[in-house]
Amino acid sequence: MKLVEDHNMSSHIFTHLDALESESIHIMREVAAECKNPALLFSGGKDSIVMLRLAEKAFRPARFPFPLVHIDTEHNFPEVITCRDKLAADLGERLIVRSLEDSIRRGTIVIKDPDKPRNPYQSVTLLETIAEFGFDACMGGARRDEEKARAKERIFSFRDEFGQWDPKNQRPELWDVYNTRVHAGENIRVFPISNWTEMDIWEYIARENLYIPEIYYAHEREVIRRGNSVIPVSHLVQPKPGEKAEMLSVRFRTVGDMTCTAPVESTARNAQEIIEETATTRITERGATRMDDQTSEASMELRKKEGYF
Amino acid sequence: MSNAIQLLRFITAGSVDDGKSTLIGRLLHYSKSIFEDQLSAISKTSAKRGMAAVDLSLLTDGLLAEREQGITIDVAYRYFATPKRKFIIGDTPGHEQYTRNMVTAASTANLVVILIDARKGVLTQTRRHTYLASLVGVPHIVLAVNKMDMVEYSEETFNAICAEYRAFAAQLGIHDVTCIPMSALNGDMVVEHGDNLSWYKGAPLLELLENIVIDYDVNTTDFRYPVQWVCRPQTQEHHDFRGFAGRIESGEIAVGDEITVLPSGRSSRVKEIVTYDGNLQRAYAPQSVTLTLEDEIDVSRGDMFVKANATPQIAREFGAMLCWLAESPLDLNRKYIIKHTTRMVKCVFSRLEFRVDVNTLAHHETGKLNMNDIARVAMKVQQPLALDHYSRNRSTGSFIVIDEATNNTVAAGMIA
Repeated sequence: MKLVEDHNMSSHIFTHLDALESESIHIMREVAAECKNPALLFSGGKDSIVMLRLAEKAFRPARFPFPLVHIDTEHNFPEVITCRDKLAADLGERLIVRSLEDSIRRGTIVIKDPDKPRNPYQSVTLLETIAEFGFDACMGGARRDEEKARAKERIFSFRDEFGQWDPKNQRPELWDVYNTRVHAGENIRVFPISNWTEMDIWEYIARENLYIPEIYYAHEREVIRRGNSVIPVSHLVQPKPGEKAEMLSVRFRTVGDMTCTAPVESTARNAQEIIEETATTRITERGATRMDDQTSEASMELRKKEGYF
Repeated sequence: MSNAIQLLRFITAGSVDDGKSTLIGRLLHYSKSIFEDQLSAISKTSAKRGMAAVDLSLLTDGLLAEREQGITIDVAYRYFATPKRKFIIGDTPGHEQYTRNMVTAASTANLVVILIDARKGVLTQTRRHTYLASLVGVPHIVLAVNKMDMVEYSEETFNAICAEYRAFAAQLGIHDVTCIPMSALNGDMVVEHGDNLSWYKGAPLLELLENIVIDYDVNTTDFRYPVQWVCRPQTQEHHDFRGFAGRIESGEIAVGDEITVLPSGRSSRVKEIVTYDGNLQRAYAPQSVTLTLEDEIDVSRGDMFVKANATPQIAREFGAMLCWLAESPLDLNRKYIIKHTTRMVKCVFSRLEFRVDVNTLAHHETGKLNMNDIARVAMKVQQPLALDHYSRNRSTGSFIVIDEATNNTVAAGMIA
């Protein structure tokens, strides 16, 4: 085997980010070319913001050959919604928002406890939105390093007419020749950034100088300590008797449902400082911040089987 | 001129008994890729099962059924990084459906680490793993002779195993093999050299993974550019823009280069290499770009740009090695669909030439093809394809077979 010795690297270094970027662009273009009616799921979170930049790289100078779709739990941080709307408007792309409230009004979602996390109900509204617009492919910003069920999921993940994922019966995925064929009523979820890690995302945000919601950066926030977690105080979460709210310097590693997304203590005020913190953290991204994933060892797999992305 | 690639994809082949989980666990642990919450979750599960030590294989066993049954069903991908490189490990289960899973994981790998137990030497499964790696054209093979602690770190034992293995690999035309003696359990030769194998002068596994040159794994000479998507903004600003978006699968292209469009055979010159970050003078595999041409010629998705000095074969009938992946066997009376680069065409399999016994490498006559079978076939497609021999070009030499009725991917094919 040849090892690197005075390797002549003239002008071009193809970094790992270049490799990941090119792979993701290739995936998005396959979706655009082969699927009849695709959509890109866009929440205003950092991973979906990276997806937007990748879509710009894949399709400019043309417009995106698909709309952006957000399934709004109405439990989102206001800063994230502001960012979502600003980015969609700046890009001049079409943004479709469907809310869990629509499904609640229709009676297809029955909320037992209005203060509880709403992520489990997102699948219902997502499937209704897919049916409303007849989407045959939905691209999402999920990554394999996030969660162990996702580590086993294909880049092109096939769903039956009930939107269900069958992990034991996945299509083999060879080379980068993707099988996008579905029967009417079925659809696929496509994950162009499957192979990116949390660190890659932050390095890309820094490299591309991407605008993301400010709550990803350290800020003073009123929080409550519950067990090992730090819970943000909001109109949905107030201190229980015996608990005391305090001000802490925190940032969010993920931004989901306000009632179940915990920030981490941090002083990182820009992407570079977050990269340094990410390099030394000893807790996974979802482990630190998603209380709903900790309910059981297979929370994510069960949600996916029900149609979650 | 080439690109220094900082992302290495590799797979590990071997059974749990060979110390595969321990090896992966060590790499992840060293690179600080195992996190406290993951470790606490798998410690709990290991204790629940009454195990004395933490079972690191639980890190990659992500599905409910896997954890319930203590088996690995599917390929899992793990990620780690050192200051030198980023790594993607495809972890393949060691037993059932082995051929199907290994072929899948190996199809995107630059390197395979084949693990063997120093006490057992080269076994049938070692030969099978090596054959599959060579079939799928994994460019680099590392033979990790593990459990050296169990054979008193004997240099003779190691040398004998390596000699036997190299002789076998040479029969398959594999010459890029590095043999490393190892004790994953004690940490010898995984990350650090350790004190027990001072007679071995080579680098530990991680150092090898960090430094091995993979730049030339991609064919750097034959320009191949399958058109993925035609970019026509039709806006006022870009009224006449007509770009051909794709990824350079091999070779390179510069502004002004003459290209031929296949299968039509028409020619033009590259006017611009467009990217979001600005136009380029020259671009290389595996960059994704958009090309515009000097002339208005008919080009659509599925066409391929090549240069006249290195053209692929244009064929409607060809031979291929096929790995059957589906539960229902190949039906010679049926039409299937194949997807080759960005082109989908109907095909029929006209003849099964022979089936390969992956354990003995013997060729057998066969009338059918079942799941996990590998065979040489003669096939015919409805429209001509621009093909390269798989050993020359992994992108333009590979295809998948899709069952029209179920839409499932039923086989992987390699032009040979």
